[in-house]
Amino acid sequence: MLLMGCPMPKLTINGREVEVAEGVSVLQACEQLGIEIPRFCYHERLSVAGSCRMCLVDVEKAPRPVASCSMPCSEGMVVQTDTPAVKAARQAVMEMLLLNHPLECPVCDQGGACDLQDIAFAYGRDRCRTTEVRRRVRDKDWGPLIATAMTRCIHCTRCIRFMDEIAGAHELGGFHRGEKMEIAPLCEGPLLSELSGNLVDVCPVGALTSKPYAYRARPWELTQTDSIDVMDAMGSAIRIDSRGGEVMRIVPRLHEGINESWIGDKTRFACDGLRVQRLDTPYVRDSEGRLQPARWDEALGVIAARLKNAQPSRVAALAGDLVDCEALFAMGQLLDKMDVGNRDCRQDGAMYDTSVRAGYVMNTPIAAIEKADAVLLVGVNPRTEATMANARLYKRWRRGGMVVGVIGQAADLGYAYEHVGYSPVALRDVMDGKHAFASVLKAAKNPMIIVGAGALARGDGEAIHAAARELAESFGMIREDWNGFNVLQHAAARVGGLDLGFVPQGQYAMGTRSILAAAQGGRLDALYLLGADEIDRTHLGKTFVIYQGHHGDHGAERADVLLPSAAYTEKDGTYVNGEGRVQRARRAVPPVGEAMEDWAIIAALSRALARPLPYETLVDMRGAMVAKHPHLGRMEAVPVNAWQPFGKGGTLSLQAFGEAVPNYYMTNAVCRASQTMAACTAAILPLQQAKEAAYG
Amino acid sequence: MLNDKDRIFTNLYGKSSWTLDGAKQRGVWDGTAALIQKGGAWIIEEVKTAGLRGRGGAGFATGLKWSFMPKPSERPHYLIVNADESEPGTCKDRDILRFDPHRLIEGALLSAVAVNAHTAFIYMRGEFVNEARHVQTALDEAYAAGLIGKNACGSGWACDVVLHRGAGAYVCGEESALMESLEGKKGQPRNKPPFPAQAGLYGCPTTINNVETLAAVGAILRRGGAWYAGIGRPKNSGTKLFCISGHVNAPCHVEEEMGIPLRELIERHAGGVRGGWDNLLAVIPGGSSVPVLTKELSEKALMDYDGLREVGSALGSAGVIVMDKSTDIIAAIARLSHFYCHESCGQCTPCREGTGWMARMMERMVRGEAKVEDIDLLWDVSKEIEGKTICALGDAAAWPVQGLIRAFRPVMEERIRAAGGGR
Repeated sequence: MLLMGCPMPKLTINGREVEVAEGVSVLQACEQLGIEIPRFCYHERLSVAGSCRMCLVDVEKAPRPVASCSMPCSEGMVVQTDTPAVKAARQAVMEMLLLNHPLECPVCDQGGACDLQDIAFAYGRDRCRTTEVRRRVRDKDWGPLIATAMTRCIHCTRCIRFMDEIAGAHELGGFHRGEKMEIAPLCEGPLLSELSGNLVDVCPVGALTSKPYAYRARPWELTQTDSIDVMDAMGSAIRIDSRGGEVMRIVPRLHEGINESWIGDKTRFACDGLRVQRLDTPYVRDSEGRLQPARWDEALGVIAARLKNAQPSRVAALAGDLVDCEALFAMGQLLDKMDVGNRDCRQDGAMYDTSVRAGYVMNTPIAAIEKADAVLLVGVNPRTEATMANARLYKRWRRGGMVVGVIGQAADLGYAYEHVGYSPVALRDVMDGKHAFASVLKAAKNPMIIVGAGALARGDGEAIHAAARELAESFGMIREDWNGFNVLQHAAARVGGLDLGFVPQGQYAMGTRSILAAAQGGRLDALYLLGADEIDRTHLGKTFVIYQGHHGDHGAERADVLLPSAAYTEKDGTYVNGEGRVQRARRAVPPVGEAMEDWAIIAALSRALARPLPYETLVDMRGAMVAKHPHLGRMEAVPVNAWQPFGKGGTLSLQAFGEAVPNYYMTNAVCRASQTMAACTAAILPLQQAKEAAYG
Repeated sequence: MLNDKDRIFTNLYGKSSWTLDGAKQRGVWDGTAALIQKGGAWIIEEVKTAGLRGRGGAGFATGLKWSFMPKPSERPHYLIVNADESEPGTCKDRDILRFDPHRLIEGALLSAVAVNAHTAFIYMRGEFVNEARHVQTALDEAYAAGLIGKNACGSGWACDVVLHRGAGAYVCGEESALMESLEGKKGQPRNKPPFPAQAGLYGCPTTINNVETLAAVGAILRRGGAWYAGIGRPKNSGTKLFCISGHVNAPCHVEEEMGIPLRELIERHAGGVRGGWDNLLAVIPGGSSVPVLTKELSEKALMDYDGLREVGSALGSAGVIVMDKSTDIIAAIARLSHFYCHESCGQCTPCREGTGWMARMMERMVRGEAKVEDIDLLWDVSKEIEGKTICALGDAAAWPVQGLIRAFRPVMEERIRAAGGGR
């Protein structure tokens, strides 16, 4: 028997010595040496199945070839990966894999990006030796996102393991036995997990492919642009694949700090919304109330005429959820020049104290969730509001030793938790030790509290904010080496907006609620909606509304002037994610039609208003922004935020927390334009809700 | 030839009572407490001296296997009794389970002491309905009499024995698939390492043994390892249950000395081959998984681990399947190929795909719908499966086919020519 459990075993692979960490498999050791081992079932982020048998290697003294993925390295092991016997063994496995695999590469969407194709090229025989009839497998309905061709399945079980181990949704299983084995959902019908799109990446063959992307492009035709996602506040790393000025698909990019190898379905599939409902030219509402296309100078002229003589106190601006820092900064400067203090980047109407950065970001970086051992979720459903953060919570929980408590609605989060209460009052109960969860937090080494931004938008939001801070302080969550206080934002623009101070300026300045009330009461002359769609636009009275954005969505419906801007795939924009990490989205395709980048529109307007902003290029503009907010120049940094007192107390209400994101698939203008997201809303949401109802 | 006084399984034919009274009359549960009190190390030593090898088929030294168990820690140790007997041609464990369950339970208790386990699971084949009834009754009796439980036999050793019935998958007889199944998962073999002694049932150190192996432990400890080692041949010691079926005059189940010549076994106990020894075509000596022997090899085969390896087969579970000259040997092996295709768990590639390929080729071979070169392809495919799978089911599927080609290739070629496929 080989020696096991030896710290830092040393072994020889193809005559080269290598020292590896304990528990490392032979396959990983080979990778360390740059020796490529073919594999199908092995995936570095999933448990080891050891079932495809493609990674066979020779180990000295072993009577038979060994599956390198499941064989731990041990001291003195001698491994050969390139002997004729190994080659023959892999060729044998390859022949078996192709035995029942259909010969339809030319019509398969995986073609060109297919592990089976690539490895068959290296290990396959040049001809087929079987004359038997190939197996056919009935296709299954996995919902609007995943196209199945189960005859192509090679039974690697990556999809099953992904759903169990990463998504926390035990929806897939292997049915039947032997060559009749089929991978299928445990309950017939669409997959309900909002991480299901990752199955497309996980599947090494063309069995599971993207339904919306089906037959649209081949991988070698695509231009790849590394960027970040803005569908939620996590800033997941994505790659935008485009062809001829059109975004064809979005796939994840590795980011250990945020999304690891995965992205949520909204991030991946909402991109078809970028093709429709777009504002491609400025519009001005004519005297009959109809929107008419206009030239840029006409549209800006109309706005300038209205704003020039308006009283600053009767002008306001609201920023939406997808706006980049550049736009917010330029808008802020323009408003300053006009002496307008009425502005808010929190279109949900939240009014909590934003004077301290630690009070509105996740102070525990997403990756640090893995160190936590107790979590209290307050008025938040991380599954719908920050899918990648929830995936990390699930990952941590799955390892064992983390206790979760929930104050708010009892939703299915994928992991078990203790339901502490429905309303903010439960926060007080924990605080006073009246609820048993207090002892869990007390005993924890690294306790966390996660407060949903939605919870802070309530009437008693400020009180909740203060109570959460108090709780964090009294349960040892704030230490030199650990900060467990988190506000989980769900809008990509929010932290950036708050960092830039896009909140009411001056003593009498209005925030979202007052602005909307003033508009309804006729106390507002002009309202500038900078991509703000999530407001109640039916009660804006006679206010002159300017909407600047990329989609003809809610905000555009009521606008008097429409200014078309670039979407997140069409511009270089700075965003700050929920952790306070500064990131940059990259332009993959040009803006649609006449559309311009947001900051450039604002700069043009400033010139029309004869109050010119001092920059004409993106570089100058960014220079000005970074000069004023130096942290926005430090990409990827997650600054540690100083802990200072914030928030003011108040009465916690007995009203139960609601859902901040009732429909994961419909949260912004891009999603609402997306047919895929509409299909998900129709096919998946009712089933999710039914499941939730059964769960609660 | 086994002396009657050396017989361990004295109620193999169910002629006396299988309940506690009957078992006690046969000497089961006699002085068990004293044996337990001699301690695990002594038990392992005696079993090593006896040279007992696993009776499930692989023939691994039992005492050695037990000694792999780690030192006691806070993790529980488990003993599993593999009673998932499903090997075609084999029914040895079944007769122990239904006619002598107490011998098994006592053996399990003693083995549990050896491997430091306080819980033993008996995983029984789902189809064994009456056998499960008997074992459960025996367990109830043993609990009521204080033979197992918190203070087993008054020895101070706590040992619970739990009966669990499987759902009838052949692969669940593979030890790691059995543990998966016992844990409530789909019965699919695990990769090794880790071996069960390190991480077995629920990730805890586990020893798993066949029914026949454990049932012999009581007698070995009472009569001494040296006694057991004196039966049979060196390294192949002891008595063995043989199940003789097929074209013999009196199919039977018999306990015999290891190393008995195959011909003597058939002629003395099973009434000889139907139509006389010269009417013999072939014998599968160890259950469906082992290569078939021709008449010539059958004549010199000795029925133990090494004896059968010398003639290119294996003892396996010692289910002796005798086939006379009326047998269509190709169809017989094709039936086995179909069995393995049906029972493959589908987890790993060579077995999932290869068993089906072989089964379909064998089907054609039966009808002669093939080319002579297809026999070489069939051989190749069996070699592509062998040794590349997670568990031994792949090997078990490959060997009968290899045995057929080795021993009966001319018959296969003749069949193909007769069907017009040859050249």
